[in-house]
Amino acid sequence: MTSLSPAAATPSAPARAGGQAGAGAFFRARRGDSPIKRLVIHLTLTLCCVATIYPLLRVLSVSLRPGDRLLSTSLRIIPPDASFGNYQELLADTDFLLWVWNSLMITVGTAIVGVALASTSAYAFSRWRFPGRNAGLIFLLTTQMIPAAMLMVPLYMLALRNDLIGSYRGLIITYSVTAVPFSIWILKGYYDTIPRELEEAALIDGAGRMATFWRIILPLSTPSLAIVFLFNFTQAWNEYLFARIILGSTKEIWTWTLGLQTLQQQFRTEWGMFSAGAILVTIPVVILFLYSSKYLISGLTLGSVKG
Amino acid sequence: MDRLLAQLFPSLTETVGTILFIIVVTALIELIVYLVLGRIFKSRHLLVWMLIAPATVGLAILIVYPLLWEMRLSLTNMSLRRFGDKAQYFWVVCAAGEAPQGLAWLTECLFKNFVDVFRLPVLKQVTFLPVFLRTVAWTGFNVVLHVAGGMGLALLLNRPMRGRGIYRALLILPWAIPQVIAVLAWRGEFHYEYGYFNIILTQLGLAPVEWLSNPLANFGAMVATNVWLGVPFMMVILLGAMQSISGEYYEAAEIDGAGGYQQWRHITLPLIQPVLTPAIVLGTIWTFNNFNVPFFINQNELETSDILVTALFRAAFEYNRYGFAAAFAFVIFVLLLAYVLIYIALTGTLKESTR
Repeated sequence: MTSLSPAAATPSAPARAGGQAGAGAFFRARRGDSPIKRLVIHLTLTLCCVATIYPLLRVLSVSLRPGDRLLSTSLRIIPPDASFGNYQELLADTDFLLWVWNSLMITVGTAIVGVALASTSAYAFSRWRFPGRNAGLIFLLTTQMIPAAMLMVPLYMLALRNDLIGSYRGLIITYSVTAVPFSIWILKGYYDTIPRELEEAALIDGAGRMATFWRIILPLSTPSLAIVFLFNFTQAWNEYLFARIILGSTKEIWTWTLGLQTLQQQFRTEWGMFSAGAILVTIPVVILFLYSSKYLISGLTLGSVKG
Repeated sequence: MDRLLAQLFPSLTETVGTILFIIVVTALIELIVYLVLGRIFKSRHLLVWMLIAPATVGLAILIVYPLLWEMRLSLTNMSLRRFGDKAQYFWVVCAAGEAPQGLAWLTECLFKNFVDVFRLPVLKQVTFLPVFLRTVAWTGFNVVLHVAGGMGLALLLNRPMRGRGIYRALLILPWAIPQVIAVLAWRGEFHYEYGYFNIILTQLGLAPVEWLSNPLANFGAMVATNVWLGVPFMMVILLGAMQSISGEYYEAAEIDGAGGYQQWRHITLPLIQPVLTPAIVLGTIWTFNNFNVPFFINQNELETSDILVTALFRAAFEYNRYGFAAAFAFVIFVLLLAYVLIYIALTGTLKESTR
């Protein structure tokens, strides 16, 4: 974060404020927190953590149970006869790997297109006052309020007429465009914090507007671009409804959400395999998420706390 | 495995093909914008329009056009029987002979679907008002608990202590987990016999609860699941905002003898306001429109657990009343829009960000 943010490029207010916040909090804590208070805080946080991860540990637990004992009233996390049978069965007997591969293709395509669309538009919204700008921003906000089910019939018809049912293309385009409004808001907020002086200097040196954008704004916005990439990525990775209507009938290109859902139906629940699949699908996303959470926080809050 | 290998190459070509397709279309759009605005109109803002053109075209095709289409659909009697065949569905205009006159023509013919939303059951039995009130309760409970929980955890974490990174990483997890998986996992835990809520209740000597079939318990289960899912987002956002507050304020307050609560009330709260307000607006919209939690937790399809968006989905895709569902969708959309506009007008949020 430090080497990438605008705060680091020009030692301006946020960087100093951050340093002081750290020191201030430190002193407050040393003077204020008695050992008992500290103990209470740790206990509370531990309790919350248990409540947070227990449902997830249960999924892990179910995935490790052998097939004949899936439904159990035991609360133990690691069952006494743990086995990887469910994982083997999932990988061997279902198209799980195919589903993950399909999801990955769609997701990567979406994230690339989404970032490209949003980063340029956000730049226009951040740097120019053009007619229709405010109306545009309000429209982008309004799109966030559209219930997903509202667009499903029209988008299905649109896909049907353009022969996009059962193809990646329909989904990639739908996902990347529907993620654009939120991405633009995030990026615009971040661009706003980049001092204009940096661009002006480059413009005086004779660089064009787009060269300035490419060489100055984009490199400085890496944290927020990462967030937008991640946002597009997770949206597409986890999406279920549109995948169902666009890919529903073509099994070869099902995403993992569609695939796992079939393992968890009302009358024929493959709990063990479902849980194993859930664990396998979740781990990479969680790693990506925890790794980027630093950027995530700075990118989401910087846009709003400024000046 | 064979199917995966067979699909590997077609997938790659299709994904790369899609990206190339988008690049070509973008280039075409840029060319048209350049020729029309730059050469013919000699617009001052040519670069701006070229920057926003691709996203604008995308949004026009995938958001604006479908919305207009949906608007037209809401005035028709389209349903599954008539699906896809244009000649079979028509504008909800009464036959010429029996058409009522005046106001009745508007309510009985042109806007029949819109009036029906309020007049007839939106699903089998349940009418609009109970579903709406339930949605308000659902949104209210969730947002209050999200903010309270997120604020509490952020305050606890906003201090130097051992294990802070670990706590934060663990507490963030529900946000990182794919939502469908988290919700389906929670649904399993509400099982009457094998879910751990009832196991714990039984072990404590209490009667087990029918989470999936008792309307009130099912609603409680929905809220519990969504609170678990939503608190981490608030916590992360508020913690980020709190960490950007300068420590000097607190030092000055302490010298003046302000206690912990007073510091929170008069320093923390006002200073995180610019982050808190948009987070609440976004949280409200997301909760109001949350589909996964109410849809999947409500495994037995109780009409008494449906909120507006799930009722909308069922009206469209289970009862296949497309024309009616389109009108229903617009009613929901307008309600949410009205709420947000009022909220923004009261708090002045947008002024700040469109500055």
